[in-house]
Amino acid sequence: MRAIETSGLTKYYGKARGITDVNLAVEEGEFFGFIGPNGAGKSTTIRTLLGLIHKTGGSAKLLGMDISEKPEKLLKDVGYLPSEAVFYTGMRVKDVIRMSAELRRTDCACEAAALCERLELDTGKKVEELSFGNRKKLAIVCALQHLPHLCVLDEPTSGLDPLMQREFFAILKERNRAGATIFFSSHVLSEVQRNCTRAAIIRAGRIIACDSVEALAKTNAKRVHITGSADVSGLHAVRDLKTADGGMSFLYGGDCNLLLQTLAGQRIEDITISEPDLEEIFLHYYQEGGELA
Amino acid sequence: MTLLRHELRQGRTALIVWTASIACLFAVCIFIFPEMKSQTEGLNELFASMGGFTAAFGMDQVDFGTLTGFYAVECGNILGLGGAFFAALCAVSALCKEEKERTAEFLLVHPISRARIVTDKLLAVLMQILILNAAVFALSVGSIVCISESIPWKEISLLHLAYLILQLELAGILFGVSAFLRRGGLGAGLGLAAVTYFLNIIANLTEQAEFLHYITPFAYADGADIVANCSLNGGLIALGMAYGAIGTALAYWQYCRKDIM
Repeated sequence: MRAIETSGLTKYYGKARGITDVNLAVEEGEFFGFIGPNGAGKSTTIRTLLGLIHKTGGSAKLLGMDISEKPEKLLKDVGYLPSEAVFYTGMRVKDVIRMSAELRRTDCACEAAALCERLELDTGKKVEELSFGNRKKLAIVCALQHLPHLCVLDEPTSGLDPLMQREFFAILKERNRAGATIFFSSHVLSEVQRNCTRAAIIRAGRIIACDSVEALAKTNAKRVHITGSADVSGLHAVRDLKTADGGMSFLYGGDCNLLLQTLAGQRIEDITISEPDLEEIFLHYYQEGGELA
Repeated sequence: MTLLRHELRQGRTALIVWTASIACLFAVCIFIFPEMKSQTEGLNELFASMGGFTAAFGMDQVDFGTLTGFYAVECGNILGLGGAFFAALCAVSALCKEEKERTAEFLLVHPISRARIVTDKLLAVLMQILILNAAVFALSVGSIVCISESIPWKEISLLHLAYLILQLELAGILFGVSAFLRRGGLGAGLGLAAVTYFLNIIANLTEQAEFLHYITPFAYADGADIVANCSLNGGLIALGMAYGAIGTALAYWQYCRKDIM
């Protein structure tokens, strides 16, 4: 059984595009990344899967159940972390956690307490006193306390400090090892590369690539910034070359050794080789879009 | 149950404030009645000489010198308007406040059906209206006892029942409206309550506007009529209940198919 399976899933908001013909297959037990820039359709996909909004076309299944199934069945084993968690004002953290458990008709006080401790969340505070990061932590507890088989997380790390991000991914990995499927959207590529086994890339409402993370990363170029002067005309895989006063910058998609050998003999004051930002990756995918699509 | 309890808790402050306000105004009105009674002759003359407005507020049908007549007009307007506003506020925000305050994403990703959400929210609105009316009724009876008047059970029961039905009708209609809104509809809610109130006054003023009685719930909740005839207009009430039921049915239909943003 697949944890998530969509076929031709389409959502239009009136005439405005949401997502078009999305085909995804996430196996049970996978740690799956869903990458795309803002407005690409990540949240629309997720919200359609969870039944918050209704599809315009195509079909989708969660844990083997059609998404038009009643939510009381469909969402029983699903945990969802929204990208921007908002709670009822006037409630305390512990009341929100309890209410979430009661709405699921489960008692998960033990697991909730453990999560709160690991995430260092003060359960006595009122919701409106929480910072963005702490609201996120509360949302994480609500999404995970009932030990769901499928965790759907929409940009889970925004707002969390690096230590908390590490703890959060540690929790997700434990859940994943215990058999849970993790599906998370992000626009931070490194996060997906570090944690996921497979990933899909969405742009302008369409899935433009879906593969193992290694395969996706292989086609990834590096952004090279050089201060000083260097001649890279001998290199083939250079794109988007920009020269400025005292330096240059380009995307390099070829063999790293070749790059280093070429640069070794030249007058370089400083160099950084970094991941290209997501926009550049998409550029890259678009240029090769014909063969990937 | 969880959601119903949650809704009641969220609405608790508003309920207490509205109940206390209406009940206090009631008590004040009832406590000034003995003084009014002693000056009743001048008052009746005054009220009878206001031309069309006398009829608009039904003051041609009742005697201000009697408790029931005074109660029907004074208290009637307080509970009529106050109760209608409260019911309108409760109902019009019931289904759209989650989207407005952006808590919908929290609530709707739990394994709970849309119909269940509508039912619990509807029950919460109805219970709050019942609580307000019961409290006001009890305090009103208490106040009448305090001023040593005998309690006109039949009249005030009918009056309060009529206002309760009026509130339920408005709540039913606005609950339906609420399902179609994305942002708050407080203006729409208060507006509808106020407009129907004035429609009844207009209907009372001129015969050409008589048909408005079939639209506004204030027509069957006209205190002076009820006290003068000591009965309720069953036909108008049935029509009003039908409006409320249609609103509620629309709420279920729309909320179950709606995209939640």
